[in-house]
This record gives sequence, C-alpha cells and structure tokens, in this order.
Amino acid sequence: MMKRTMGENAHSRRRFLALSSAAVATVSLRSAEATPATMAAAMRELTGGAVVRAGKIKLDVPPLVENGNTVPLSVSVTSPMTAEDHVRSIHLFVEKNPQPNGGNFFLGPRAGRAQVSTRIRLADSQKIVAIAKLSDGSFWSATADVVVTLAACTEEVI
Amino acid sequence: MGSVLINVPKKAKRGDVIEIKTLMSHIMETGFRHLATGELVPRDIITSFSCRYNGEEIFRADLFPAISANPFISFFTRATETGTFEFSWIGDRGFSETATASITVE
Repeated sequence: MMKRTMGENAHSRRRFLALSSAAVATVSLRSAEATPATMAAAMRELTGGAVVRAGKIKLDVPPLVENGNTVPLSVSVTSPMTAEDHVRSIHLFVEKNPQPNGGNFFLGPRAGRAQVSTRIRLADSQKIVAIAKLSDGSFWSATADVVVTLAACTEEVI
Repeated sequence: MGSVLINVPKKAKRGDVIEIKTLMSHIMETGFRHLATGELVPRDIITSFSCRYNGEEIFRADLFPAISANPFISFFTRATETGTFEFSWIGDRGFSETATASITVE
C-alpha cells in the first residue's frame, strides 16, 4: 500500500516535471506576446492599483474584422467636459498583441467632447480594453471582443 | 518625409465643438516582424502626436506599434478663437513632421 503510493507520487512528480518543462518551452516560444497578465500589469501601471469601474465609456470596434492591420476603433466617454468634471486621458490595452499598450490619448476640458478615434492592429482575436481617467481621479473601463481572420504585427516580411 | 492629411472646419461658431481628423503617412514598422532570413525588422514608429491651438496644447497621444500604418487620429475641441492649429508627429529614427491648419471663429 505504502509502496504503491510512493510509486504514484514518483510517477506524478515525473509527469509534473515533464509538464512544467513543456510549459517553460511554450512560454519561451511565446515571449513576444502579451498575455492577460501583462495586460493587467500594464493597466496596473496606469491606475496604480486604483479601482477601475465598468461604465461611462463606449468602445466602438467591429466584432469581426477580416484584416487585423487596420481595425477602426472609437472610444467615447460620457462626461460634461467642464473644468470641474472632465476626462483627462483615454488608454487602450490589447490582450494578445506583442505589447499590451495600444495608445494613450490625453485631452482636457477644452476638448468639448471626450471622444477619440484611430485605427489599430490586432495580432489575434482578442479582448480590447479602454480605460478613461477622469479629473476626479477615478478610472472607468469598457471592453470589446474582436475576432480577427488575418492577423497583424508579427507576420513575415516578404 | 511624410505626407499628411488634416481635416479641420474652416469656419466655426464660437463655442462649437469641432472634430479634427489627422492622417500621417508612416510605415509604423512594429519591430516584431522577421524577414524570411529570420532577421528582426527594427521598430520604426511614430511615438508621439500633439496638437496645439494658438500655442496651447489641446491634445496629445502616445503611439505604440499597435497603431496601424499611416496613423489616423481624430479628436474634438471647442472652437474658442480664430487662429491656427499646429500638429506635430515625432517618432523613431529622428522622424519629425509638423503641419498647420487655420480656423475662423465667428
């Protein structure tokens, strides 16, 4: 009985070692890819650990894109845009591009309307997160999932 | 040397919120792509964009490789006075471009 347990333990240890070395290999192969964890780290760098609430932001991006090289994207924030209450900045994060940062946009009360549009690259089907920093220091976010058929960013140069 | 497209209304009423659209021609090489020989293509992107309205900065953006080639950026501002918008793009390998657009506010 005792012997069998030990044998099982040894077996599971070997399996664990094999699995973990496989995991290491996968990680090193995919080191040039942002992960949900690196995206979370990039967001933490922005917010400094402050609470990010869902709402106030509208993230407009097509749910299905054929070409990941140019994906039109628009972010708007519900805000009166006055000196007392305005959007300071809007930040874009992408989950599976080689880098988690998409863009930082800094505006102020003079903007009149808190809305920015641009075109981004998507290396894979993934989640996009927009975070707005308001003048009162609060953070608000919106997320969108995009399915990409032709990936961008890392394709081979011909 | 880049070519640029800027869309700013020529005229606006004082206090109007106007949209400004900009498009700068640039390859925006991500720095994550390899040649067929396995060589990494070095990053060459625009890293910063800003817009000044009569000398005061009204909008600024940090750009990353995730921004598409020929970066398009659109944003809003309140037309307060007749004057000039100055746009500036700064990037890798000493890339630096400027452009201006004028507006008449009534």
